[in-house]
Amino acid sequence: MAEAVTQIKVPVPPPELQRVPLVQNNRSFGWISDRVSAITEGKAPKWWWAAFIPSFGFMCLLGAMLIYQITTGVAVWGNHHPTMWGWDIINFVWWIGIGHAGTLISAILFLLRQRWRTAVNRAAEAMTIFAVMCAGIFPAMHVGRVWFDWWLFPIPTSNALWPQFRSPLMWDVFAVSTYFTVSVLFWYTGLVPDLATMRDRAKTKIKQFIYGLFALGWTGSNRNWSNYEKAYLILAGLSTPLVLSVHSIVSLDFAVSQLPGWHTTIFPPYFVAGAIFSGFGMVLTLLIPLRSMCKLEDIITMRHIDVMCKVTLATGSIVGYAYIMELFIAWYSGSLFERFAFINRAMGPYWWGYWLMFCCNVFVPQLFWFKKIRNHLAIVFILSILVNVGMWFERFVIVVISLHREFLPSNWGYFAPTWVDICTFLGTFGLFFTMFLLFMRFLPMIAVSEVKGVTPQADPHHPLAKGNGGNH
Amino acid sequence: MSAIFPKWTNRLPLMILIGGGLTASAVTAGVWYYFTPKYTRVGYQPLQPVSFSHATHVDQLGMDCRYCHSAVEESWFSNIPAASTCMNCHNQVLKDDPRLALVRESAATGKPIPWVQVHKVPDYVYFNHAVHVNRGISCVECHGQIDKMEEVYHAKPLSMSFCLDCHRDPASKIRPLDKITDLNWQWSDDPRVAVQTQQAKGREMVEHWRVESLQNCSACHR
Repeated sequence: MAEAVTQIKVPVPPPELQRVPLVQNNRSFGWISDRVSAITEGKAPKWWWAAFIPSFGFMCLLGAMLIYQITTGVAVWGNHHPTMWGWDIINFVWWIGIGHAGTLISAILFLLRQRWRTAVNRAAEAMTIFAVMCAGIFPAMHVGRVWFDWWLFPIPTSNALWPQFRSPLMWDVFAVSTYFTVSVLFWYTGLVPDLATMRDRAKTKIKQFIYGLFALGWTGSNRNWSNYEKAYLILAGLSTPLVLSVHSIVSLDFAVSQLPGWHTTIFPPYFVAGAIFSGFGMVLTLLIPLRSMCKLEDIITMRHIDVMCKVTLATGSIVGYAYIMELFIAWYSGSLFERFAFINRAMGPYWWGYWLMFCCNVFVPQLFWFKKIRNHLAIVFILSILVNVGMWFERFVIVVISLHREFLPSNWGYFAPTWVDICTFLGTFGLFFTMFLLFMRFLPMIAVSEVKGVTPQADPHHPLAKGNGGNH
Repeated sequence: MSAIFPKWTNRLPLMILIGGGLTASAVTAGVWYYFTPKYTRVGYQPLQPVSFSHATHVDQLGMDCRYCHSAVEESWFSNIPAASTCMNCHNQVLKDDPRLALVRESAATGKPIPWVQVHKVPDYVYFNHAVHVNRGISCVECHGQIDKMEEVYHAKPLSMSFCLDCHRDPASKIRPLDKITDLNWQWSDDPRVAVQTQQAKGREMVEHWRVESLQNCSACHR
């Protein structure tokens, strides 16, 4: 691995055609393969263990909490009348929202030919899959008798019971399971050429066997590539509506009900924007430390960070607009209950939750208007975490604040989480980071073949293309 | 590229596809057949402490169900008769038969005969005999042809879908009230005519008796 920057004379194109290259410092194909594969080869660095051991510990905590919850009952959580949905649904919506950036980057940006996506799409898709896994735990567990979860699927049984297809909760089951399946397929399809690279670089028989098995006999022939490109395009087309549909349907869990604060038509677009907002927040949180830990600064460049900050700013502004529109409609509708719900959000017993949400989701992303802030990694990192704090509180505001004040004052209550709620939520972070750390140790974290495709050398007319290409 | 896998593995995807398909079909078929009450309950025939034959008493001698199960029209529970009911006849008939020793002992001491329960619905199911019997649902619908049984066995699955089949379409099972305990009764000997009459008369009876097609959860799970 030559650290020295390759200096080769390249005829300068006219200024109007010049773009900042996506891979900096004119790195060769070989360098890209070496650098990305190096993360999975050799001994795990100390920082990896330092991150993995606590993550694994928290994952075990999650297992313990779930066993405790299953053996004892749902009441170990804080969900009690009138807030029958508590942290379980907040965490479900939060995690599934985080999962949205992956599909947006991988599918929509692919169809829109945003070439910068190649550097971040693999990690973002992995993040999506693990986030959906974390999300899925909560609805599966909150039904109480988890061994009947299979009743959610329309399976003909001797009970002659059929799911209630008019319920948005049912649509949720299909939306989320479809999303998970398609995301995994899409991720895996994109991995195949890189798995073949890993197979060819593998030193041990076991690694050759495992990578070889999953590379599905990839040879890199023209036919392979042509089939691959078609499959990838089809899957991108299939995933694109899912980016919009999944969180729309999650929002219908609320919007279809009659509760003030939930029963609004703005929910689907507002949820989708919020999901992408939080997803990009999480991508930034993950990639800013990783790019320096794994020395990927030339692949995940400052331009990538800059662009993702801009997406966060755009979606964050949509979310801010939605909050203000909700307040306006509450007043404009003339409905006393609707008005009460929103006054209660801002000034009721949970006022701090509402204003935390408002600050983190409306004011914080506005800082990304400034290029200086977008280019300052430490600040972007902190702001990206604040984005997800804000998005968690958004779900808290929607779920808890709307539920704790019912139509009848005799049904009013106050929700507080139990220690099991808190430990289960912390445990899902353990699961998420354990999965992510394992992913980056065993699979190429960057889509190697795709990044090569967006370098200038990939153009056959480029002077570097012939003979200097490395192992493509 | 060096060969990591032997050549026959090229056929592996096809083999996995076929094998997986066959396994999935076998599992589905197996669960379908073995995992429902149609298999797990039907045919259950425990040995009773007294070898009481319904075939002899009902089919040969023509006794009515309600002679022994006397509370069935008034109660949610269809009672098992006390030994004193048996002794109404058996103090004359077969009065020294050793097969009836337990019955005589029970009648004398008041200690019940330990009959083994055959038809059982789970605790979370509320079933009311009187409601069904008084609205034209015959014993035979759930218990099968008890009048032909030497030793009682479980003839019907009594699964939830078994209940719901009738609850969703009571007209196809309902019959005149005086034919409830006549287990062999039919509208006609010609099966086609029987079905047609059942449809026509059934709808009429459902209408007249205000039979509700109860399908809400709390109808049975109270």
